[in-house]
Amino acid sequence: MTVMEQRGAYRPTPPPAWQPRTDPAPLLPDAEPYRVLGTGRADAADPELLRRLYAELVKGRRYNAQATALTKQGRLAVYPSSTGQEACEVAAALVLEEQDWLFPSYRDTLAVVARGVDPVETLTLLRGDWHTGYDPYEHRVAPLSTPLATQLPHAVGLAHAARLKGDDVVALAMVGDGGTSEGDFHEALNFAAVWRAPVVFFVQNNGFAISVPLAKQTAAPSLAHKAVGYGMPGRLVDGNDAAAVHEVLADAVRHARAGGGPTLVEAITYRVEAHTNADDATRYRGDAEVEIWKGHDPVALLEQELTRRGLLDDDRIAAVRQDAETMAADLRARMNQDPALDPMDLFAHVYAEPTSQLLEQREQLRAELAAEAEDEAGAGSGPGGTQR
Amino acid sequence: MTTVAAKPATMAQALTRALRDAMAADPSVHVMGEDVGTLGGVFRITDGLAEEFGEDRCTDTPLAEAGILGTAVGMAMYGLRPVVEMQFDAFAYPAFEQLVSHVAKMRNRTRGRMPLPLTIRIPYGGGIGGVEHHSDSSEAYYMATPGLHVVTPATVPDAYGLLRAAIASDDPVVLLEPKRLYWSKDSWNPERPSAVEPLGRAVVRRSGRSATLITYGLSVPVCMEAAEAARAEGWDLEVVDLRSLVPFDDETVCASVRRTGRAVVVHESGGFGGPGGEIAARVTERCFHHLEAPVLRVAGFDLPYPPPMLERHHLPGVDRILDAVGRLQWEAES
Repeated sequence: MTVMEQRGAYRPTPPPAWQPRTDPAPLLPDAEPYRVLGTGRADAADPELLRRLYAELVKGRRYNAQATALTKQGRLAVYPSSTGQEACEVAAALVLEEQDWLFPSYRDTLAVVARGVDPVETLTLLRGDWHTGYDPYEHRVAPLSTPLATQLPHAVGLAHAARLKGDDVVALAMVGDGGTSEGDFHEALNFAAVWRAPVVFFVQNNGFAISVPLAKQTAAPSLAHKAVGYGMPGRLVDGNDAAAVHEVLADAVRHARAGGGPTLVEAITYRVEAHTNADDATRYRGDAEVEIWKGHDPVALLEQELTRRGLLDDDRIAAVRQDAETMAADLRARMNQDPALDPMDLFAHVYAEPTSQLLEQREQLRAELAAEAEDEAGAGSGPGGTQR
Repeated sequence: MTTVAAKPATMAQALTRALRDAMAADPSVHVMGEDVGTLGGVFRITDGLAEEFGEDRCTDTPLAEAGILGTAVGMAMYGLRPVVEMQFDAFAYPAFEQLVSHVAKMRNRTRGRMPLPLTIRIPYGGGIGGVEHHSDSSEAYYMATPGLHVVTPATVPDAYGLLRAAIASDDPVVLLEPKRLYWSKDSWNPERPSAVEPLGRAVVRRSGRSATLITYGLSVPVCMEAAEAARAEGWDLEVVDLRSLVPFDDETVCASVRRTGRAVVVHESGGFGGPGGEIAARVTERCFHHLEAPVLRVAGFDLPYPPPMLERHHLPGVDRILDAVGRLQWEAES
């Protein structure tokens, strides 16, 4: 039986006997975001997983701080911070198996790093020496997508292709609350549901699309409710509760892997920093709101839980922080080196083979660079240097 | 092997044959789009493919062009060779962001690590009595997007050859199918079809000494007719069929213009900001000292595509082409 046939033939039914094609009730998200930390469920959480999440969260927080510092030093052109959203970023990477694929947006560099990609290669886009620094096939991470939600249909197509080939691959695609208003969000979810593609759509609802709050973005009961319209389950989770996010995403990945099709997960979180270093958040929100969310911090929540259960002592905290400092120092040192640029690369990858027009333009640039070098050599020889 | 003589075949048949041969030769080739499965496409180009290769290889998708192209990108990322059908020229616009921001850029963005071997078939152009949004010539948009190949056949053998070459290409190719010519017939030997390789070579359809008509796709047969009619005026016109707008074959075009010394670019697309401006500029820059007259353009008017009962006034026809040829400063000859 083909994948297409597994969906079953469409049999129209006459109006008097009409029934919904799918029972919507099991698809509906819970009324409250799912929580683990600070609830009765916490005791059942795997200690090793919690420790691992904690180490990654601390490292992630440090990574965000370091990347933000690099913008101030002019080493990054721009940095969209995920400070406050580390639980989502880290969990998204940790729930995937080796052969799975991650489809990040521009705010998800931490998820990419947590997946195992070199932070320097991850930040290439934001440093500006190329658009993508890493090999997507090495860690199975798609290029960071800047146009909103456009990476979602890619995730669907890749997961569908893998399933057609009989491969065990799940794709996890990340998007923000603003991105759910894009047409590509709708089309991706619809295709995924129709094809029963093994995809997890992970929405981080961090409250703002740059300056626009969620109330101006949607009138839906929740973003997770949108799943029902496509015939897939929607899940709502506390995005600052790392154990809860991990559990909900892992469930969705398992469901997809087992052939159950896609899931839409909405994590309620908060963008503590401005949209990027170029944004001024005081123009659209008050400090009081930010302070409330800082009181629901993902790192602190997990630290409290680990301490309560006696899974964390001062030595362990110190070791985790030391690891994070080592990562930050290495990142700082390597980002402080100027990248090696070859302007001829501009023409190398437009097509498999450069067109004759590109070859002509490459020679033009080569000549311009040679003339520039000659000028500099002339200027360097002092007052006697020739004028051009 | 028995020899099969060439016999009349339509461009539509050649395209179908190209898809079938490509799918049979390579299991990674997948056809997808609206109505391409059970129906065989609104122009029947995918007729029989779902039956022969199964619905997983020739897939009816939901009605959403950005979703079709966006999922095709993901499939190509995983090593498939999707062939996407956009139902009509003007219905391809919802996919424009995927095309410009991802299809055209993925190879470059990833330094060649993630090429996207996918083919986008788009029936284009007018003259079929189509109502609004069914007759656009949208090639200028695609030409202006680095990273895409843009090709368009004008003959039955080229329809087969260009589509096979497009599918075999490791780069994304926009194949603009001249829908008015779908049912045009040509003598063709389907037992020995071949791909047009490399993509990017123009061909001289008719040799002549007086002036060169530079054209492509739908306008090629019109130019051939014009060249015949021009004989009565004493003009021996050469007709160059570009076949590929990107890459552009400067060599073949310029060799022709240097021989004839005069050139007219002919296409249905609007003239302002259209392909003809680029072509005229390229020819002028490269052949200035061989030119006896400015390079002229015969194009559609700069207006939204007209309603069917008025479209004949818009489309470049034989008379408009001959008028332009007449303005190529022949008096200097006498």
